[in-house]
Order: sequence, then structure tokens, then C-alpha cells
Amino acid sequence: MTAKLETQHDVEQFLYRQAGLLDARQWQDWIELFTPDGLYWMPPDASYKTWDGQPSIFAEDKNLMTVRMLRVLHPDAWSQRPLWGTNHVVSNVVIRKIARNGDVEVSSRFHMMELRRDDVRHFAGSYFHVLKKSKRGYGIKLQRVDMTNAQAAYDYVLQVWV
Amino acid sequence: MKQADYSSLVEPDRVRKEVYTDAQIFEREMERIHETVWIYCGHESQVPKAGDYYTVQIGRQPMLMVRGRNGKVNVLYNRCPHRGNMICGDRSGNTGEQFRCSYHAWTFQLDGRLKNIPMMKSGYEGTRYGKDNPDCNVKKSARVENYRGFVFASLSDSGPSLKEFLGKSIVAFDDMCDRAPEGEVEVVPNCFRVIQHSNWKLFLENQLDALHPSVVHQSTGRAAHEVEKVLAKHAKSGSAPLSYHMLSAFATVTIDKWDNFQTVNYPYGHCILTGYMGLRPQDPDTLAYDKIMIKAYGKKRFEEIVGVNIHHVLVYPGLSVQSPLQQLRAVRPLGVDRTLTEIWHFRLKGAPEAIYRRSLAYYNLVNSPATLINADDLENFWKCHNGLASDGGDWVSLARHYGHDIEKKDGTVESAPNMGTSEAPMRNQMKAWAKFMGAGR
Repeated sequence: MTAKLETQHDVEQFLYRQAGLLDARQWQDWIELFTPDGLYWMPPDASYKTWDGQPSIFAEDKNLMTVRMLRVLHPDAWSQRPLWGTNHVVSNVVIRKIARNGDVEVSSRFHMMELRRDDVRHFAGSYFHVLKKSKRGYGIKLQRVDMTNAQAAYDYVLQVWV
Repeated sequence: MKQADYSSLVEPDRVRKEVYTDAQIFEREMERIHETVWIYCGHESQVPKAGDYYTVQIGRQPMLMVRGRNGKVNVLYNRCPHRGNMICGDRSGNTGEQFRCSYHAWTFQLDGRLKNIPMMKSGYEGTRYGKDNPDCNVKKSARVENYRGFVFASLSDSGPSLKEFLGKSIVAFDDMCDRAPEGEVEVVPNCFRVIQHSNWKLFLENQLDALHPSVVHQSTGRAAHEVEKVLAKHAKSGSAPLSYHMLSAFATVTIDKWDNFQTVNYPYGHCILTGYMGLRPQDPDTLAYDKIMIKAYGKKRFEEIVGVNIHHVLVYPGLSVQSPLQQLRAVRPLGVDRTLTEIWHFRLKGAPEAIYRRSLAYYNLVNSPATLINADDLENFWKCHNGLASDGGDWVSLARHYGHDIEKKDGTVESAPNMGTSEAPMRNQMKAWAKFMGAGR
């Protein structure tokens, strides 16, 4: 039981850190949370079983994440000019599976409030993480993001990861 | 505004700002343009089975595209003739063998004809309401035509046929379908929808503005180019995946190269941007596809098909088609300063999976709501719309390469050689706009 509680605690802390890096716009540190083969995936609908060969809102490996990061950091990324920021809250952390080697599958819920100029938007939904355990801690093999408003019309777009 | 005033808003090389910002002008646009001409409703593969429906906005009218029991696709007003209730509240679905209004249970055939009114005999005997009165049917679009699976409706019973209206811009659909070994495409069942805080015409004018990519999309182009170089260095093949090239091209294709492109402008405001995107490398996937195509069409026809030199087709007033990548964006004006785009991707029937995945990469990276490209376009449209709404000036300039357009006898206007960045498409759209707006009904 103690081991389980400890895992729960470590996983929660890891998920909070993930969200915190996004809110702090520490993009490089956030990308480094992923394993070399890690994937960030936001399907258009919760019914999707795989990103492979399907439309996706995001389906990014670390290389594509780097493109997105370099883009938003570029001085001519016009859409980055106005003041904007996000605030994530992560909760309902439920560990679904712990493998013998310590790898973890975990689901959680998030809410992200975004401010851009004077406009506030809300995005909410569930995370599903496959976390790889190593000596250095957890690494994200998969971050699946199912947004409740995935199919809704987007008032403007999503510029960075949720 | 009086009828004659509309033509004074448009001059050959400039346009009054009110054209973009005036709510009254917007209402007239909806009446004279969107609710009159042929508007794209959707692809028939969105509604494969009888009773399948998809809602669509035509101008200010909520409409339904529905597959009838006879296989024909009908386009109806989403409105019950009784109290005006919308018949379908969902965006899409299957209604079964009939429509049933959720308010008083009037039922209708899939072609809109009245089936039954509850208490038809006791409640309506001796009144004007009954099966003999066409006012008791769900109203149909005045005209519906289907070209190679692409369904269009016109809410006006007069005017040119769809083929006459499309003219040479029909190549958008031919180019897409011909690239399929089976000569047909089917929709990938997902629609990305993005709202822009700007007038609908700003989006259309941007589509064939060949100068803007080098300015607006530098950030993504450069970023992708950086990563592409690293990946190419480490790849066995010596090159990075094609999706990086799709993005880096926004930076590596410089303004002088864009000038090598050409715009060909047609009556009714349509336009083609010619120019090759370089998506035909000699990799094994392309070669396998070529083999299947040659088998289906023969060598001569195959060369014709893949030789069609199109980057983009704009079908006025609301469709932007990238036929070589099998995707389109339908533009639905929601108000003078709000515009919805519906973005679809199509699969070439009979083509290998790898070819589908190639264009899927573009759909995801460029056209999804997490687009690496359109974020900066939408930012410009918003800034543009708000600037235009100010009193800081009265005119919008459309003068780039003005005076060099080549006018053909058939009404076609080509941008001059090495002037691909000409604002000829905008001038042509506004010429068509003034004609629509001034025309009597």
C-alpha cells in the first residue's frame, strides 16, 4: 500500500509539473519530459483508437514539437505578439496500470483557462498518460489529450499544447 | 444604400473599407451573393445511407443536406413549415425513414414532402393545411446539382447552371477526382471548424495572395527548415519526411519564386493559382501510385492528369480547394465580422495508403485547429478587420501589378508573366462582387 501511495504521489507531482511547464512557457523543458519516441496526441474525437493514419488536432513527436516551439519563439510569429497566458488545473488522477518495470498508465482531468488580449477561452477534458520509469524519474511515452470541446468550432486556433 | 451606390464602392484598383465592415452591406451580400449563387453544401460521401443528413449554412439560411430513399441527395431548409422549428438540432446524423419535428410531431419524407400532421382530420379539416398544400412541405433549395460527388445548392431558381457558373474553376473537382485511380474521392469523416474574427472576403482574398506566405509564415517556415536540415543529415535517404518540406516551403519559396506562379481569374470571381508544390518526388510510394494510375488510365492520360499544374482553386464566394492535396475549406459567413471555415480532407479511391497519408500530414499540420500556418493568417485578418473599421482611411488598395493584367476575349484575366504576386485575384473578386451587388433580382 505504501508503495502504491508513493507512486500515486510521484505521478501526480509529475503531471502537475507537466502542466506547470506549459503555463510557464518553458517549452524546451516540457519537450524534454517526453521519451525519445514520445508522442503528444490530441484526437478530434474520443472514439479514436490510434493517431496512425487518422486526422488529428495534434500528433507530434519530439521533432514536430521542436518545430512548434521554434515557431512560437520566432520574432516574426505575429500571432504570438499579444499578451497571452494559460492556467492549467489537473485533477482526478487515477492510476490505471503499473507494470513490473514501474511504467505507469494514468488518466486525469484538466481544465485550461487561456487569456489572449482580452478574450478568455476554456478548454477541458481528460489526459491519458503512458509514463516510462527510469532512474531519472518518469518520461512521457504518450500524452493523449481528449478535449470535451474537441469537436466544437474553434474560436481562433490552438497555438501550443494543451 | 441605393442600388447605384454599390458600384461606387469598387474602383478597378481599390475598394471602400465599408465593403468589409458595414452590416447593411453584409445583409445585401447574403441576399445577392450567398443566397443566390451556387454554394457548396458538402460531399455526397458525408451522407452515404438513406436518412443520413448534414446541416449546412447557406448565407443566413440553416439548411440540411439529406440522402433520400431513392439515393438522391436533397437540400432542404432546416425549418418545419408549422411553427418554424428547426427540424434537425444535431450537426449531422441519421433521421431514419422520415423527419419528425420535435415540437408538434409533423412528419416529412426525406425529400421534404409532408407525410403526416397529428390530428390531420380532426384538427385541420376545412383549413388550408394538408397534403395538397405545398406550403406544408419542408421547403427545398430552388436548385441542387451534384458534380462528381460535390453537392451544390442555389437558393435562386434562375441564373446559370452549376457548370456554367463554375466555368474553368471546375478543374478543382476534376483534378481531385482524376488523381484517384477509380476517378472518385470520398470524404475522410472529420471536419475541422475554425472561426475567424473578420469579414469573409478577407479570407478569400488571402487564399491567392502569393505575396503573403513569405511575410506571414516565415516563423513556421524557418522553424521547419531548421528541423528538416537536422533530420536530413541523420536520415538514410538523405532527406527529411515530406511533411517538413510542406512547412519549410513557406520560407524557402521566396517572393521572386512566388512571382513565377500565375493567377488565372474567371468571371463570377473564381481564380486558379497555378504553380507546382513539388509534391511528386521519385520515392517508392509515388512510383507505386504512378503504376496503379497508369494501369487505370493509360500512360498518356496519366501524364495529363499528374501534369495539371494547380496550387489552389478559389471558387467564389466560399470555397478554397487544394486539389493536389485533396482538401478544401468551405467559408460560411456568420456575420460581417465573423466567419466560419469548415475544413475537409478527401481520400483518392483506389490509391495506396501512403498517398492518403501524405496529404493527411498537410491536413493535420496546416489545416487542423492546432495549425502551424493559419494562426498567423487569422491574426492578420483580425487586425485587418479592426483597422478597416476605424476612420483612419477610406480605401483598401488592390493595386499590386495593376495595369499589367492580361485580359482574354473569353473574360479570363491572367496575371502577367513573373507577376504571380499580383493582386489580380482580389481585383477580379471585387469586380464580380460589384456585379452581384448591383444586379436586380
